[in-house]
Amino acid sequence: MPLLELRGVAARYGPLQALRGIDLSVGESEIVAVLGANGAGKTTTLRAISATVKTSGEVVFAGERLPGRPEAVARAGIAHVPEGRGTFAQLSVDENLRLGAHVRRDRAGVKADYDRALERFPILAERRRQAAGTLSGGEQQQLALARALMQRPRLLLLDEPSLGLAPRVVADFFRVVAELNEQEGLSVLVVEQNARLALASSSRAYVLEVGRVAVAGASAELQRHESVRRSYLGY
Amino acid sequence: MSRVVRIAAGLVAAAAAVALVLVLPHWLSDARAAEFARAGCFFIAILGLNLLTGYTGQISLGHGALMAVGAYTTAILTANHGFRDLWTIPLAGLVAMGAGFLLGLPARRLSGLYLALATFAFAVAMPALLKRFSGLTGGSQGINLFDKALTRSTGALGPVHVLGRTVATNDFLYYLTWGTGLVLAAAAWVLVRGRVGRAFRAVRDSEVAAASSGINTGFYKMLAFGISGFYAGVGGSLFVLVSNWFVSPTTFAFDKSLLLVVGGVVGGLGSLAGMALGALFIQFVPSWAGNVSNAPGAPSVFFGAAIVLVMILLPSGLGGVLRKLTEPLTTRL
Amino acid sequence: MVGAADWAGVAQQVVAGLSSGGTYATLAVALVLIYRATGVVNFAQGELAMFSTFVAWTLTQHGFSYWPAFALTVAASFGGGIALERVVIRPVERASVLTVAIVTIGVFFVVNGAAFWIWSPQVKSMPNAFSTRPIRIAGVAFSISDLGIIGVSLLAVLLLWFFFRFTKLGLAMRAAALNPESSRLTGIRVSWMIALGWGLATALGAVAGLMAAPPLGSFDQNFMQPILLYAFAGAVLGGIDSALGAVVGSLALGVFLNLLGTYVSWVGTDLRQAAALAVILGVLLVRPAGLFGQALVRRV
Repeated sequence: MPLLELRGVAARYGPLQALRGIDLSVGESEIVAVLGANGAGKTTTLRAISATVKTSGEVVFAGERLPGRPEAVARAGIAHVPEGRGTFAQLSVDENLRLGAHVRRDRAGVKADYDRALERFPILAERRRQAAGTLSGGEQQQLALARALMQRPRLLLLDEPSLGLAPRVVADFFRVVAELNEQEGLSVLVVEQNARLALASSSRAYVLEVGRVAVAGASAELQRHESVRRSYLGY
Repeated sequence: MSRVVRIAAGLVAAAAAVALVLVLPHWLSDARAAEFARAGCFFIAILGLNLLTGYTGQISLGHGALMAVGAYTTAILTANHGFRDLWTIPLAGLVAMGAGFLLGLPARRLSGLYLALATFAFAVAMPALLKRFSGLTGGSQGINLFDKALTRSTGALGPVHVLGRTVATNDFLYYLTWGTGLVLAAAAWVLVRGRVGRAFRAVRDSEVAAASSGINTGFYKMLAFGISGFYAGVGGSLFVLVSNWFVSPTTFAFDKSLLLVVGGVVGGLGSLAGMALGALFIQFVPSWAGNVSNAPGAPSVFFGAAIVLVMILLPSGLGGVLRKLTEPLTTRL
Repeated sequence: MVGAADWAGVAQQVVAGLSSGGTYATLAVALVLIYRATGVVNFAQGELAMFSTFVAWTLTQHGFSYWPAFALTVAASFGGGIALERVVIRPVERASVLTVAIVTIGVFFVVNGAAFWIWSPQVKSMPNAFSTRPIRIAGVAFSISDLGIIGVSLLAVLLLWFFFRFTKLGLAMRAAALNPESSRLTGIRVSWMIALGWGLATALGAVAGLMAAPPLGSFDQNFMQPILLYAFAGAVLGGIDSALGAVVGSLALGVFLNLLGTYVSWVGTDLRQAAALAVILGVLLVRPAGLFGQALVRRV
């Protein structure tokens, strides 16, 4: 049974229908990518999962329907890193990390994870007391990921992590995500405009067009898929 | 909705409003007519406040003080300088407009909470200022026009002769206030549809965007304060006439400024019917509350509860409900 | 020739000024708390504090001495603030700031009226919080009451600061105020954080009222209104965005007004309020962000 399943999920912003009934799934320890042009509904898909937008249809996580409130979704074990990272710019790096663990009750575990976060992202250790808003784009992306990990989620939702970042920084980021997936079995659903990168980093992918799933399948195959190549890979 | 239908609907609404105003006194007792006349003064002031807050997005907790400026202008000119009271009304508006411009000066740099606090300070300071310059204003005693003005146009307590017809005093005052209100509402309607109105809305929606489009936001903010000051001044001037021809520094204490904002928001900024309802709300609900119970503090409790209930149940104000019910008919102002 | 006696007098007046400033500061922090959490100024803050004070007064009339009444009232005010938010503010949570402001004005009328309705308009007097004996420090006689009020006010504000800085819940509340969207994604129940904010603010208001009432000798249901004005002035002076600013601004204002009242003979009560208004206007004209506030950087 897949970890996450979307069945016939539709969503709208006022009169604008952003998702027109999509079916999507993420398996245990899988990295799944969602591709598409601007306005295709990629971000809305993640929002539908984290209940930050009103949806119809079913969102099922670990066999149960997800509650319709973002706080409860976080408690259920899903960490959503939104577009723009959603860091608390006026709070320090340390405080941002501590906030990540808000839903957890095991203090010893939180402490251990905190130390591991600083090990894994040394730049954060260096800038622990600084306001998060003073970090560079790449550093903030690391902070956002670290904060999400503090939640000890089973599923990580990443919204356009490559946005505004230099290619080297982005590559490093995806490397870390891949490691987390391999070593700790973290499932990831990543939305990306950078199709090449997304397909290279994931095992399966969905291509959205105007709120519907246009193409879906194994990433390796999609990389060779005719229309995907033309529209999203540029060759 | 097609344009023709909209225009027709608007005309019907306007005609209905005028008809209602004309006909209403027949069903009203004399005392009621006086109360409606008071509400009419608030209506005019709220019209101005709507231009400032609803259209230009500037908050003011000081319009009661601007009403006071208008009121005292009328009082001083009529009592001490022998003007006919009715002629002082536009003058009162102009003087209050000037005061509004002055108030608008700091407003150019302030917004939101800071503007609210600045206008609040102005409103709280006004009674003290009025007391201080007692040579001009009669100090704490206030100014009593009862003997002086009335022989000229509105008569004492007897009927009024106008246009060859005889009208009871309170009815006359009612027509005076609501008639002026309708005229000023029409003027505001025209203003809002023109360049000035568009500039106002631009300032409200995004000052930064407006400024980058070449709109002199400081000027328009001041203009909004000035125009709304004119309205408040006229409202204040009329208020003196309908309040037994008497004004004192406490007539327009801070509570009036607060009531105007409450009336505007409870009625629903942006809807003509809403503003009228808002004016009626702040005039009548406190006295109804007093009728329910005269125990000290009880009227306040009911009035406050009414405010809270209306805001919770009808967040877009009383006019909002009316608007939903009669969508095509209500003139959008 | 300035003699030692003059300095003693000034010192006493400064301390007295800090004491009134302390009550302004406590109320100002309550205002800032709600303002930062919700962007709304709670016009009813002073009246709620007054109501709490009257509740405490009633307790003292039924056998409680001051400090037990104080503790019970502050705790009850905390609960009352949460209840108020849930019942009256939550329904308009999503409406415009103007709408919520009008609701707080409505609450102002209700609470003020209720206080007159429940307790007669006859003036009351509150037992003293502290001993009325003077205490000599460095040869100068100070009022224990003044020192006590300063102490309690600062303690209240410090406890709050500690709570926000070092506890998990405090951090969550700060986050909810700064970025509700991201907070929800982290699992924070933003709505309840706002309710808690109201609870804390109302409790703080109770502290302010309970400190302000005893020195007045006699007070009636309108006694918090000037204090609310001074709290606004202090918050504006210090920067309404910043709790530290609100505290420093209020203390400074308290000292300023007291020295003004003592050494400038024609300044009576009316003019003290006018002076506070002048401070508000002056600061807003010259430096709206106040001494410690951050100049508003507008996001385009």
